Amino acid sequence: MADTPKVLPSQVLRAIQGKEGEHSYSEEELAGLRAQIIEERAKRRAEAATSQPTVIVDNLNIIYRIHGAGTGRGSATGALSRIVSRRAAPTIREVHAVRGISFVARRGESIGLIGRNGSGKSTTLAAIAGLLPPEKGGGVYTDGQPSLLGINAALMPDLTGERNVIVGCLAMGMSRVEANDRYQGIVDFSRIQETNPHAMSLPMKAYSSGMAARLRFAIAASRDQDVLMIDEALATGDAKFQAQSEQRIRELRASAGTVFVVSHSMAAIRDTCDRAIWIEAGRILMDADVDEVADAYEAWSKQG
Amino acid sequence: MSETGGIVLEELPPPAIDPEFAELGGVALAAKFGLKQSGKRPPLFEYAAQLWQRRHFITGYATAKNRSLYSNARLGQLWQLLTPILNVAVYYFVFGILFTQSKGVPDFLLFLVVGVFLFNFLQTSMINGSRSISDQLVLIRALHFPRACLPISATLIQLQQLGFSMVIVVIVALATGQTPTLSWLAVIPALVLLSVFCTGMAMIVARMGSVLTDTAQLLPFISRTWMYLCGVMYSLASVADKAGVPHVVKLMLYYDPPALFITVVRNCLIKAPVAASYPNAADFHAAVNALHQPAYAWLFLLFWALAFGVGGFVYFWKAEEQYGRG
Repeated sequence: MADTPKVLPSQVLRAIQGKEGEHSYSEEELAGLRAQIIEERAKRRAEAATSQPTVIVDNLNIIYRIHGAGTGRGSATGALSRIVSRRAAPTIREVHAVRGISFVARRGESIGLIGRNGSGKSTTLAAIAGLLPPEKGGGVYTDGQPSLLGINAALMPDLTGERNVIVGCLAMGMSRVEANDRYQGIVDFSRIQETNPHAMSLPMKAYSSGMAARLRFAIAASRDQDVLMIDEALATGDAKFQAQSEQRIRELRASAGTVFVVSHSMAAIRDTCDRAIWIEAGRILMDADVDEVADAYEAWSKQG
Repeated sequence: MSETGGIVLEELPPPAIDPEFAELGGVALAAKFGLKQSGKRPPLFEYAAQLWQRRHFITGYATAKNRSLYSNARLGQLWQLLTPILNVAVYYFVFGILFTQSKGVPDFLLFLVVGVFLFNFLQTSMINGSRSISDQLVLIRALHFPRACLPISATLIQLQQLGFSMVIVVIVALATGQTPTLSWLAVIPALVLLSVFCTGMAMIVARMGSVLTDTAQLLPFISRTWMYLCGVMYSLASVADKAGVPHVVKLMLYYDPPALFITVVRNCLIKAPVAASYPNAADFHAAVNALHQPAYAWLFLLFWALAFGVGGFVYFWKAEEQYGRG
């Protein structure tokens, strides 16, 4: 844990604004820390600006087609009368979730996606992961296969935590020996045995959502991924785990991977990301340094 | 961006654009650095190579699933043996005793056991295969691996069960007075071909099940009808050799893949009837016909296995990028 910052960027900022409770820093020290953080970030961003692209999003449009919205597909009589009368499913409603997004992400970048609920952040990530087909006229290009970590429950709910770790590692393409080697590290990182020493032998459906999220993050982060996307997966963890996973994100970034983080916590975004993209109604509003975007987003949110 | 001035979304300057992207455009920039379209389906042979690379995942997943299968039951793994035994007991009671289908069939118990276990392998492979994609959406969305791993695993789980069942087959064969011969070994290649066939079927229904979720509801009825057409618990000859059955129907009944697999395995295990041990010629002929193996049976087994194994794989691969959507 060599490059753990003494103080997190969000803490320094809060202290300067007088929002952090007690701290032992003088105003000059805080200003110095802040300057140091900004300088280091600028250096990292300058380095990343010329490194190899890992994700190219080119005029991405995503349209969800929802079949039979409105009238109930669930009602048996409705379905039957449709079959009898040979009418097609009544309505197909289109939701244009992402409207022409373009950006380039490069090695060593960590990018925060911010915006309100339903603005298209998660849809964008799903498209980068190759799970949603882009509309014609645009595309998503990636280096290797990005992994998407969402907040959904267990990977394989009826299997034990232990099996989930091994099988999850194998699914990511590790060999059996490699998976066994990584096992202890993953369990230690997830820390789920600290609260319940038998947790690993329980089926994952018995885990709390926080425990499951921790184990899943530990599995996915165990491998140095080229592109890792985290969709609010950290929100369910406790404070200690959040700090630890933010540290892991910084390590991944340092090992020349690209990390995307979706979060509603501006502190988490400021602490893990160098760059931020603000998405509103399926379009990019801002794509710049994390402080600049987070400041603008916070100011806009406060306007109500 | 001062807090006093307020922010009007419409007045924000356009977002910054990567200079290289602005210069080259997305497609050319992707080509320059060798980036590939995300989620695009790899060519068939590359896909097969990826699948081979994940073989440990396929076996690991199957073993883990198998272990958890009876974890809620008190008798636990004993059900691996109890399930097939109870299955056979029910069919023996209904078809052997109530409907007396055993008449004229040599070694009816062994005949029934082989039929039930082999068809059960196909049936459960298909039913679990049809759910293999739709039940694992979380896994599919979180990690990237060739999706064919899942239906193949589903078949492998059933193959492990078939292994337990074959132990019972051997016990029944010895208990009913069959003596082991070299022809028993021929069961192994037959089961290998059957596994390839079942894997292909599992991949076909997996793709169907991923699009049309009603497949899983419908499949038990389809497979049960199929089972009654395959001579699992009666001799096919008693239906096919009746007067007035068209030749085409007869061929279809005998060469129907599951029926053919069952017939071949039965002939490997059950000794051919000897005329001397039957009271009259009619009974002897019924016994011979009950085990009737059509011409070129092994060749057809090979054909069915390859046709459905390769066909199912290609059919599944064609929709690779669509699994996990929706």
